[in-house]
Amino acid sequence: MSEALLALFSGSLGSLAGWTATLRETAPLLITGLAVALAFRGGVWNIGAEGQLLAGALCATAVATRLWEGAPALWLAPAVALAGAFGGALFGALAGALRAARGVSEVISTILLNFVAGSLVALAIHGPLQEASRAYPKSDPFPAAALLPSFGRVHAGLLAALLLAALGHALLYRTPFGFRLRAVGLAPTAARFAGISPGRMAVTTLALSGALAGLAGAFEVAGVTGQLYEGLSAGTGYTAIAVALLARLQPLWVIPSAFFFGALEAGAAAMQREAGVPAVATQIVQGLVILVAAGASIRRRAGGARAEAG
Amino acid sequence: MEALLEATLRLAAPLLLAALGELVIERAGLIDIGIEGTMLTGAFAGFVVAVATGSPLAGVAAAAVAGTAVGALFAAFAVFGRVDQIVVGTAVNLLALGATGAGSRALYGGAPPSAPTLGALAEGPLAELPWLGALVFAQTPFVLAAWALALAIGVVLARTRPGLRLRAVGESARAADAEGVSVPRVRAAAVLIGSSLAGVAGAALTLAQSDSFTEGMTAGRGFIALAIVIFGRWSALGVLLASLFFGCATALQFRLQARGVGIPYPVFLMFPYLVTLAVLALATGRARAPADLGRAYAREAS
Repeated sequence: MSEALLALFSGSLGSLAGWTATLRETAPLLITGLAVALAFRGGVWNIGAEGQLLAGALCATAVATRLWEGAPALWLAPAVALAGAFGGALFGALAGALRAARGVSEVISTILLNFVAGSLVALAIHGPLQEASRAYPKSDPFPAAALLPSFGRVHAGLLAALLLAALGHALLYRTPFGFRLRAVGLAPTAARFAGISPGRMAVTTLALSGALAGLAGAFEVAGVTGQLYEGLSAGTGYTAIAVALLARLQPLWVIPSAFFFGALEAGAAAMQREAGVPAVATQIVQGLVILVAAGASIRRRAGGARAEAG
Repeated sequence: MEALLEATLRLAAPLLLAALGELVIERAGLIDIGIEGTMLTGAFAGFVVAVATGSPLAGVAAAAVAGTAVGALFAAFAVFGRVDQIVVGTAVNLLALGATGAGSRALYGGAPPSAPTLGALAEGPLAELPWLGALVFAQTPFVLAAWALALAIGVVLARTRPGLRLRAVGESARAADAEGVSVPRVRAAAVLIGSSLAGVAGAALTLAQSDSFTEGMTAGRGFIALAIVIFGRWSALGVLLASLFFGCATALQFRLQARGVGIPYPVFLMFPYLVTLAVLALATGRARAPADLGRAYAREAS
């Protein structure tokens, strides 16, 4: 037991290697956490960050290894990031369009699209994107020009993620679009009477949320793995939901929340390596955190009701 | 043809059981996306108990109990705590995935044994009868139980007082409350009953369709059950037909796959989810959900 806890600590915050691992895990959780927080704030239940991340990684890999692999770094790295955002946005917008046009609940469509995205990745790396030697089901390694600059083993995506959190905050609280998004989330009927089309907002919100998750996918392939393979994301998009809820859907609070879950993921990986404690146990912690955060909201409400009565 | 129908019934059974559970819950006005995790928990609990006792029936009972326990967790937060149902469902799914994964590694160290399974209802001459043999006697008890439950739930919902109360709570919690029906109690009861069915649906995977447990083995079947409830337009008969449709689609998929028609394997993996999306896109719009579906109910302060 103590051995496991020691590994959990040294693998996350107790050593330099632990810190780099933690920050590496934090980057995708921060961006996907933002994606989920913005969607939930807009009253859109995007459970599909996982699939949007994979779609983003897929498009990023297509650009980096097939479509434009000879381009100079100045152009290729941004193109890879844009391709990732595009892939995620496409998956998000598809779910939004299904809701707007056909009334399909985005809860179910985004979940189903997670499975579709996973299969598309498998299809691509067994087919058109498979490495030239055809030895393993994975893509060619990214050309150096497509890789994100990194400091030690922490890639520039983390900086971008921090910037995005600030931008997300500004978008939500300082722009007309953010106002509309919050209005639809808080009072959909009132928002409709105010002339905001709920269908169009759902498509836009899901596309934006998907773009963020897709960007996280592009950063994973261009910053961490350097190639695409199955099992690229072991549930990052689901952890993102816990990240967003712990942050109480506030973009800036997503930063510490993602860091907490990043440290947990890094520590759990070390715990599995060194003490044989299965890393899947972190999902128990994620589930419990969601319930505890939810429990806190129940207490707040009860406290508020008492204050009103008294 | 006979073989295809046989496979359709067999593959539809777990989906039907889970979808019936979700139907009961949704008619009471709640959306439980935790049905996936509930099913997974049932699959694991059923497997563990069947292995330990050597009795598949004990496994089924354990699966029902485990499902009910997960349902109690969902009800505590979503019904009594009035926390958003999607949030609680997500937490349930994560907890179930983590707990069953860690539990299975702790108990079996990555190499789970074979569980005793529930076999066909009858063997020998009965199972060899034309049609009737393959469609009834060669099937496992899960299939018959699922059909019987579909019938029972249809009748209870449409024709009995508890069924009427359940529907009233789902259509208009406020009106039901005014009539003296305890909304939280009816909703909690619906969640417990529905979740126990989802647990049994999980056991159908570990104690009939296979004899083993693997991490995350429900692979989205609980989510497909959610779609089946919509496709089946929130009626027991509709859910029965919709799950047969999905069972048949899966059976056809396996056939094509076995024939090796040159379609890459991942396309088959995608197939059930694409079919579900297509069905939802075509089916919704016309169907009408219970009016209070997904809304937490709080009595106004008086």
